[in-house]
Amino acid sequence: MGKTITEKILAEKSGRDARAGDVVVCHVDSAMGNDGSTPMALDYFDAMGGGKVFDPARLVFALDHYSPPPSVKTTQLHKRIRDFAAAHAIEVWDVGDGIGHQLMIESGRVTPGSLVVGADSHSVTYGAMNAFGTGIGSSDLAAVMICGRVWLRVPETIRVTLRGSLSRGVFPKDIALAMAGILGADGAAYCALEFSGDGVASLELEDRLVLSNLTVEMGAKNGVFPGDEATAKYLGREFQPISSDRGARYVREIELDLDRVTPKIALPHHVDHVVEVGEAAGTAVQMVYLGTCTGGRVRDFHQARDVIKAGGGVAPGVQLVVTPSSRTVLDTLTRDGTLGDFIAMGAVIVTPGCGSCCGTCGSIPGDNVNVISTANRNFKGRMGNSSASIYLASPASCAAAAVTGKIADPREFPC
Amino acid sequence: MLSGRARVFGDDINTDYIITSRRKRESLDPQVLRNYLFEEVDPAFAATVEPGDLIVAGKNFGCGSAMEVAVTVVLGAGIRAVLARSFSRTYYRNAVNNGLLPLICDTSQIREGDRLEVVDENGLRVRNLTTGETTAAEQVPQIMMEILECGGLVPYFRRHHDFKV
Ligand code: SF4
Repeated sequence: MGKTITEKILAEKSGRDARAGDVVVCHVDSAMGNDGSTPMALDYFDAMGGGKVFDPARLVFALDHYSPPPSVKTTQLHKRIRDFAAAHAIEVWDVGDGIGHQLMIESGRVTPGSLVVGADSHSVTYGAMNAFGTGIGSSDLAAVMICGRVWLRVPETIRVTLRGSLSRGVFPKDIALAMAGILGADGAAYCALEFSGDGVASLELEDRLVLSNLTVEMGAKNGVFPGDEATAKYLGREFQPISSDRGARYVREIELDLDRVTPKIALPHHVDHVVEVGEAAGTAVQMVYLGTCTGGRVRDFHQARDVIKAGGGVAPGVQLVVTPSSRTVLDTLTRDGTLGDFIAMGAVIVTPGCGSCCGTCGSIPGDNVNVISTANRNFKGRMGNSSASIYLASPASCAAAAVTGKIADPREFPC
Repeated sequence: MLSGRARVFGDDINTDYIITSRRKRESLDPQVLRNYLFEEVDPAFAATVEPGDLIVAGKNFGCGSAMEVAVTVVLGAGIRAVLARSFSRTYYRNAVNNGLLPLICDTSQIREGDRLEVVDENGLRVRNLTTGETTAAEQVPQIMMEILECGGLVPYFRRHHDFKV
């Protein structure tokens, strides 16, 4: 019987047949810990009798959730991570370098066919690179540090077939939100999502990162794309893609016609509470957040900037917060003038990193504030204030809200 | 095998509801954090939890971030098992790795305060002593059972130094 992309990668990395439902122990090609998960991983490492790290070159620590650290305590967490990394020759992405997930992709640590884990749920982002990427816990990370392996249940796969291409004013985030609306917050629980269809070719690698990133909000273990020319273009080289076999088994099939996707928005406080942007139009917002591992890349900022420019600037009373996902993104935005545009618009520019995405640093919303954000989560309290309400939408929809001070359809701003 | 009082929650209880990022920033110590357990969804919970209580939830328990304190804080409050219709996969694996038994079963008939017993009778079962009903739980795969029986990945690794397969 044929295999899915996920089964193929897990078979290769475990040396077993690896069919959906099997539990296998896999070789890990690359592993990432961040400043939220690594301190605990170091405790586990010591408790397990740690000693020497199995292969330091396969590990990296990202200081992204407290960037820059807002307290003495978090500064000390960073110091502990740096000290351990120095003692064991492990690379550290320090404060200001960016979000771990973005850097895993930028640095080339994620390659097609590889098995990459991160002690952070959004490690599913790596699937965009035709890889198996999944989130693990701190104890798992400690085990990887000791033996270079991880136990995994081989997931069943749901195939998502994308057809056609997006219309003007509609963006990858809208596809992801449409999927969340269809599947629900646990519709892909324990499953792999595998993207396929001619619509895949219409998406650049940066676009695919948005989709893979959000698959965990549907409960998915990984969200994998096929490898093609867009993958090769991003990598800057040819590669051997991992493809699913004809006859591979899927537990569910979903088809999405990209031409018919429209701007979507997730209402507070559930990511699967998805409606048309138009249905929420008119709701006043006081904070617009552009950033995170979902919506903090160069393309996202360009899309937002274009809409704000077309709309004539940011409405009074709206705080626009810009948090690039990495130093490289910040650098590109600086060189191409986008950052200057945002500064001229009165935006608050925050150090590359997670910013206020999970309420650990950056600009925290005030009481009862409505936030519209390019992020992936809108739980109550997510951004550090449980009385704030978070709406999730595309960079263009967030920008449309910045222009009008109210939730609005970005297609009303021709650009 | 295990018995205790049911503490019932609904669907989609995310890790931020179990313990907020804000509290986690202040401390990672389960004995400190247990004072804020579930504060977002049930402010009275932390004061009324007793060692041996069992968490009972609907679908998708532990969704959201992969942060492991969401498991250790539950253990810190003396809770040994969570029964849910389904778990987020990261919560499930973190639970196994820390020796917290995650049981997938039909929880719809369990009410707050019911006395429950988890027994192994040709597979794991949940007996509701208050109502007299018994429900079968999903089997836990062998390697996970071995990790659980050791008490989590720490004792497992202290013994084996690697995964034994
Ligand atoms: S940007 Fe937000 S979702 Fe992404 S890793 Fe950071 S905190 Fe998590």
